[in-house]
Amino acid sequence: MTLTVALRHAFPGLALDVAFEAPPGVTALFGPSGAGKTSVLGAVAGLLRPDRARITLNGDTLADTEAGIWLPPHRRELGYVFQDARLFPHLSVARNLTYGPRVQGRRTDPAELARVVDLLGLGPLLARRPAALSGGEKQRVAIGRALLVRPRLLLLDEPLAALDAARKSEILPYLERIRDASGVPMLYVSHAASEVARLATTLVVIEAGRVVRAGPTAEVLADPSIAPTGVREVGAVLAARIVAHHDDGLSEIDAGGTRLLLPRVPQTEGTALRIRIAAHDVILSPAEPQGLSALNVIPGTISAVHTGDGPGAIVALATPAGTLLARVTRRSVARLGLAPGLACHAILKSVAIAPEDVGAGP
Amino acid sequence: MGWLGPEEWQAVALSLRVSLVATLASLPLGLFVAYALARWRFPGRELLNGLVHLPLILPPVVTGYLLLLAFGPAAPAGRLLEALGLAVAFRWTGAALAAAVMAFPLMVRAMRLSIEAIDPRLEEAAATLGASRLRVFATVTLPLALPGVLAGAILAFAKAMGEFGATITFVANIPGETRTLASAVYTFLQVPGGEGAALRLVAVSVALALAALAASEALARRAARRVQGA
Repeated sequence: MTLTVALRHAFPGLALDVAFEAPPGVTALFGPSGAGKTSVLGAVAGLLRPDRARITLNGDTLADTEAGIWLPPHRRELGYVFQDARLFPHLSVARNLTYGPRVQGRRTDPAELARVVDLLGLGPLLARRPAALSGGEKQRVAIGRALLVRPRLLLLDEPLAALDAARKSEILPYLERIRDASGVPMLYVSHAASEVARLATTLVVIEAGRVVRAGPTAEVLADPSIAPTGVREVGAVLAARIVAHHDDGLSEIDAGGTRLLLPRVPQTEGTALRIRIAAHDVILSPAEPQGLSALNVIPGTISAVHTGDGPGAIVALATPAGTLLARVTRRSVARLGLAPGLACHAILKSVAIAPEDVGAGP
Repeated sequence: MGWLGPEEWQAVALSLRVSLVATLASLPLGLFVAYALARWRFPGRELLNGLVHLPLILPPVVTGYLLLLAFGPAAPAGRLLEALGLAVAFRWTGAALAAAVMAFPLMVRAMRLSIEAIDPRLEEAAATLGASRLRVFATVTLPLALPGVLAGAILAFAKAMGEFGATITFVANIPGETRTLASAVYTFLQVPGGEGAALRLVAVSVALALAALAASEALARRAARRVQGA
């Protein structure tokens, strides 16, 4: 699957002008609210008709305003999961799920339905009406409903934004399973760094209607100059594998040969993980630190220092485990002489690694 | 119905037939106009809205006279209908036409309000799931608007049952053909000793109106329950 998008549209107060390519996997449109991400999704789905657009999917043209081509939404064979679920209130969960096949004039394959119901844990909900579901349950049904249209591409518009933290962590593993098991490519809109860090294979960073950066997730998140949703959200992503679970409540993981300890994760030994390390949780020390309570000390070399207008700076540290980002003060940068090329240690408290920042690999 | 005389019974039966035909025949057009007014923005929308509401505001006699001018035996539209085997002048079909025109604003209003109350984002969601516009209407819009559609139809039926001014102006007051319930009450009141028959028809009229109201309430409640899934 390859999706290519190029579009322009003048909104009151926002000039949208984006072009990007989404390779197979999960591509996240990442940026602050109001940057135009949802409008891009709407144009891909055919719900919003921009002034100019050229959108192709696997070589098929969905839209080309120059050539006067505009495929209506119902003929694009895409699945769309809205922020607000949008289940049909007059239909049961089961009838909501099979709506797509029904209006397309085909019978729902019972095995396919069973697989989706199982994948999303919908079994106990089938006979219920949407009004009797919680927010998280509604969103799972909406995801299942979109999957059952056999979409060539699944569009997700901040599917977790309307949910509380507990519901978010309930849904994220399902999205990881869809990514890893069903192979349906996804275009995922989000302004939450932890979500895109867990799910996305490719990031397209959008700010004020423009693409400011695009590339593999780990690479883009490791760029200290990219902070579309604020410096508090900055953090690099490491790929790791679980080595052992220890009796004292810690799990030991291996990231590029470096061993790290973090609070016990539920996955079994050998499982691939991706872990987001928030930049503000990382302490830097040019000298080898001694006698610290922090369990993780990772040696590396500073690859970049990015200073903005505020008191802070983001330092990128190349380590065998991958690039880490640390958010420190400009004063510390000056005092310690932090500069590209300097050997440095990253210090990370195990307990600073939050459960929502640990997701299934790859 | 032993307590109704043959003439009275004839008027009741005719009114039921006229109202039923008027309601059912105008239902598709009413639904279409209500949908267009609720969902589409097009030039002339306000004009259409005004036109639909005109019979509500005009004196019924004026509406009846306009119908006579448009569909009378000498008018082109009237001749066209006659050629199609659907003569309306001084026929019960004309009474149905008059009733339909008079009831149309009420029907469209109820349907339009219920369509406007539906979140258009649900219709968008249906489109992304592969439903064409017509299918979206049939599977999402119509079922969700059903309480209002039923209420509109029943309201129109009740209005048609009571129609008098436009009917008598357009198709006169011919026993067995165009003498509806209301015309019959009026006629009985014109002859000495007709009060008894008029009163019986008034009772029938009140009973039918109350039944229609109750039916509309019950249907709307049932449909609302279905939609909310409680």
